[in-house]
Amino acid sequence: MFDDFFTRALIAGIGISLVTGPLGCFVVWRRLSFFAGTLAHSALLGVTMALFFEINIAFSVFIISAVLAILLLQLQKKTKLPNDALLGLLAHASLAVGLVVIGFLTSIRFDVMALLFGDILAVNQNDLLVIWLGGGLILIVLKLIWKPLFASTVNYELSEAEGMKPDKFNAIFTILTAALIAISIKIVGLLLITGMLIIPAATARNVSNNPKQMVIFSVVFGLISVLVGLFTSLKINSASGPSIITATLLLFILSLIKFKKVSDLKK
Amino acid sequence: MENKNKKILLKVENASFYLNDKALIKEVSLEIKQGEIVTLIGPNGSGKSTTAKIALGIYKKIEGRVRRFTERIGYVPQKVSVDWTLPIRVIDFMSLTEDLKNDQINVALNLTGVDHLKNKSLSNLSGGEFQRVLIARAIAKKPELLVLDEPVQGVDFKGEIALYELIKKISEKLNCGILLISHDLHVVMSATDFVICLNGHVCCSGKPHTVVKDEKYKELFGDRASNILSLYEHEHDHSHSADGSIDPKK
Repeated sequence: MFDDFFTRALIAGIGISLVTGPLGCFVVWRRLSFFAGTLAHSALLGVTMALFFEINIAFSVFIISAVLAILLLQLQKKTKLPNDALLGLLAHASLAVGLVVIGFLTSIRFDVMALLFGDILAVNQNDLLVIWLGGGLILIVLKLIWKPLFASTVNYELSEAEGMKPDKFNAIFTILTAALIAISIKIVGLLLITGMLIIPAATARNVSNNPKQMVIFSVVFGLISVLVGLFTSLKINSASGPSIITATLLLFILSLIKFKKVSDLKK
Repeated sequence: MENKNKKILLKVENASFYLNDKALIKEVSLEIKQGEIVTLIGPNGSGKSTTAKIALGIYKKIEGRVRRFTERIGYVPQKVSVDWTLPIRVIDFMSLTEDLKNDQINVALNLTGVDHLKNKSLSNLSGGEFQRVLIARAIAKKPELLVLDEPVQGVDFKGEIALYELIKKISEKLNCGILLISHDLHVVMSATDFVICLNGHVCCSGKPHTVVKDEKYKELFGDRASNILSLYEHEHDHSHSADGSIDPKK
């Protein structure tokens, strides 16, 4: 059944939305959207490195993102520039370097558009394995560190004082984010993966009143968006990433209507 | 005294902490034993919260030494703000650092008088309600060491007295040590075992009666502050119920 490219894309998309849901909630709660975007931008450099050294793309993207995260921590300590400036610097510098390096790889035929916006035709069986094994691993780790990570998200000092070791779990969370970007580049594209993390979670916030509910809703909204997006992509031949993200936007707009109703009731 | 046999929970030895080359506190030492309430007093910016954070290991780059002999710690920070993007109810917040059973949560919320808020969102609470929830959360896990940084800020007057009595009751019932930061000199002098008067360094310390007679204490808080004991150290002929109302003793 995995012979059909569309079936493969569906299975890949479902796998990704199961992971972006819970991880995206933390990204929104911790105000890390720009950080996630920066990691995603650096993925281009990761892909070119993979092509250059002929190694696995997901692995290479993961390594580059992780290096970037460490670089950011160092820059935060050494300079007095605000965080958003540092993130912008790293995001666009790594994107630019990636694009320059691609220019040198003339021997390889390479579809930059597919990389930026995702391409459902490009998903092979190997990718499915990476997405489901990698995604499964990310979810297991997230489940294991849920309590301390959540505590440090609510209040860093409180969790430090009560022995939850927030620094350690914040670092693990960064690694998980890098890993998620690595496995989802092919289907969503590096310019849009941040949208997949943030928009379903933001939508879920409008209809939830506790953390677990928000996680479940953001998974559901992610799944719906992937299905709607991929079928649209097949029907009208649009790029898969933009189609999925457009679907998340529609859901967000719908949730605003519901949210408005709920707030009206409270008045 | 019987105190000698009690377990030491926390020991801070000659701790100094610098931020941008400015000393926030210098050579502060303190010790907390089981069943003991130690209070930090001092003017704004005198390093009370900083001392608490050093004791808790939140600030790590310090000179001196901090040793904690328990891991069961409950902390009520001076300020907690929870962003709207994070939907969290009182009941979710109660189990933040430790899984609690439903009835443990109920008992703790009941003690601080906010059990009716259990399913409300944290972001919808008033300042005083939020403080009560913070205290409830810290005591629900039955800590060995409680660190309370101005725990009753924003709480109404009646509630303030009741909460301080609750804190005292809890220190006896759980036999836990308490590090309390308070501006309320009345409470401090009537309810604590040991007072440390801070102003960047330890100005003076000791039992409440000794501290109020100290010249340095008078310098810091003014002459009126030393009359506090005579005014407030009275024999209780009544007790207070949880909402602060008076129950006459029979």
